[in-house]
Amino acid sequence: MSDQIRIGVFVCDCGSNIAGYVDVKALAEYAKTLPNVVYVKENLYTCSESGINEIKAAIREQSLNRVVVASCTPRTHEPLFRGTCEEAGLNPYLFEMVNIRDQCSWVHMQERESGTNKAKDLIRMGVAKAALLEPQESIKSEMDPNALVMGGGISGMTAALALANRGYQVYLVEKQAQLGGLLLQLDTLGPSGVDAAAFAASQAELVRNHPRIRLMTSTQVKDISGYIGHFKVTTASDGKEEQFGVGVVIVATGAQILKPHGLFGYDGERVITQLELEARFKRGTFSAGNVVMIQCAGARIEERKYCSRICCMVALKNAIQIKETHPGTGVRVLYRDIQAYGTENEEMYRRARELGVIFINYDVNVPPKVHGEKVTVTHQLLGRELDLPADLVVLSTPLIAGEDNEAISKLLRVSLDENKFFLEGHVKLKPLDFATDGVYLCGNAHYPATVREAISQALGAASRASIPLAKGVMTVEPIVSTLVDEDACRGCGLCVALCPYGALEIVRTEKGRKVRVIPVACKGCGVCAATCYQHALSINSYTDRQIAEQISACLESSG
Amino acid sequence: MSAEFEPRIVAFCCNWCAYAGADLAGVSRLQYPPNIRVIRVMCSGRISPDFILKAFQLGADGVLISG
Repeated sequence: MSDQIRIGVFVCDCGSNIAGYVDVKALAEYAKTLPNVVYVKENLYTCSESGINEIKAAIREQSLNRVVVASCTPRTHEPLFRGTCEEAGLNPYLFEMVNIRDQCSWVHMQERESGTNKAKDLIRMGVAKAALLEPQESIKSEMDPNALVMGGGISGMTAALALANRGYQVYLVEKQAQLGGLLLQLDTLGPSGVDAAAFAASQAELVRNHPRIRLMTSTQVKDISGYIGHFKVTTASDGKEEQFGVGVVIVATGAQILKPHGLFGYDGERVITQLELEARFKRGTFSAGNVVMIQCAGARIEERKYCSRICCMVALKNAIQIKETHPGTGVRVLYRDIQAYGTENEEMYRRARELGVIFINYDVNVPPKVHGEKVTVTHQLLGRELDLPADLVVLSTPLIAGEDNEAISKLLRVSLDENKFFLEGHVKLKPLDFATDGVYLCGNAHYPATVREAISQALGAASRASIPLAKGVMTVEPIVSTLVDEDACRGCGLCVALCPYGALEIVRTEKGRKVRVIPVACKGCGVCAATCYQHALSINSYTDRQIAEQISACLESSG
Repeated sequence: MSAEFEPRIVAFCCNWCAYAGADLAGVSRLQYPPNIRVIRVMCSGRISPDFILKAFQLGADGVLISG
């Protein structure tokens, strides 16, 4: 094949979707006049079998080395046409698509002439770019088959066991000395009434005895570098550092409990939290004549707007426990809204009422007041204040984001939400993945969850994490950043600081400090290329020259 | 000067949002004036100031970056 650029342009009618609103014949005639175009074909449907065969035949017979299809949107059809090129022996990245349907014929249905002129411009721009396209090869990278699970609570233990049972080596890092996390502080788990500590202990036993889990307690993750398939982890324990490699990371670092200092006269004695109440159950020291529980203590207020979701169910569970063990004790729950979703939780709510627990709604603007042996609340229906006897006040406080979240988010380059909980990649499409490949999340690290939800999420995150592990090799589209001019790079590191995916690093070379692209981690966004004042970095198929050429072609006036 | 001013607008659209939005406008058959030419990029972060200046230099009346 000669070095001469030979572009074939295929103009699609899309039935009447394009041909009905723009002059497709005129487009085809116009395409023939463009530089480097040696072949033009109008198809009824370019994506049909006959259209595809016409592209393949033209690549062979006309020795085409670039293909342009002017039709619908590359978002749906680019993979198909790239595949067509590849089947005909042409590198799939020598293909360019021009959108003359979704962004032209369909939006200018009453303007045939100006719509046709716009389509000509778009084809001219596509042809100009196509002439500069270069072949690319997809990028393959081996996966490290090990996994890191951060956090040894119920989520972390569940995820670690799930991965280890699939045969992967798991490093489970827990900063505390003991496994179990928040479970260790709970009494029983609603709605089933399982003993929390015993459940935690049985899971911890499985973890400790698993041959594929390397348990590292009293250990902190100090540093994580790298990318999916090749993370390098540094841990520290008692001042001793250790390094190991993993392919995936699961964040199961949990949350912490808000200590309600300054709220409703909290003193840890007569005004306590639900957790402190459970500690009394566990020790068998609970006794009270009248209990008042106050929901949303420190939650759903100006400084902490979110609902912690689980506190209502905790209150229901504990109210039931008081009533079942101390039937003579009065229990009143002051609430704003009750969150008891799902059949079993709703059943707990019904059961609590049946046992005589009284629920009183309060308005956030007129919060209950705790004074002496009573709590005053403004009843919403009666419209007046009620004095409730209370020798014990229990505050339902929210879970708040873990204290290490910001540090971990920087280590892994993953996002936090406005409340400093970890933010998933997509609320529906990637609920257990981070936007950064190879990093997953589950449990309270994401958002307050019940134990059952935490376990489901942990199993899900382990399942997601095992997909790349099972594949063993990563294949990545080569639309990534490349260092096109090494000499120009001054190693300033601006691009490294701005890369949202950790796909760039500064390395020492014979020529001094230079940037190095980690192609498997790169998403091709091009922030680096736009930032580099030396123009040392570029994005494959979106180079400075290619885009500049499109701009020039756009602003030439059409014939 | 021709009777009516027809601006030429160069748009840079992020593949994952604005470009998809422009597709959706088509699917929804929303009609808008044909003065705009979209250049697809993988992220609005790809747009270096050079591109914007170049477009104006070559006579664009407006540049739209959407992402």
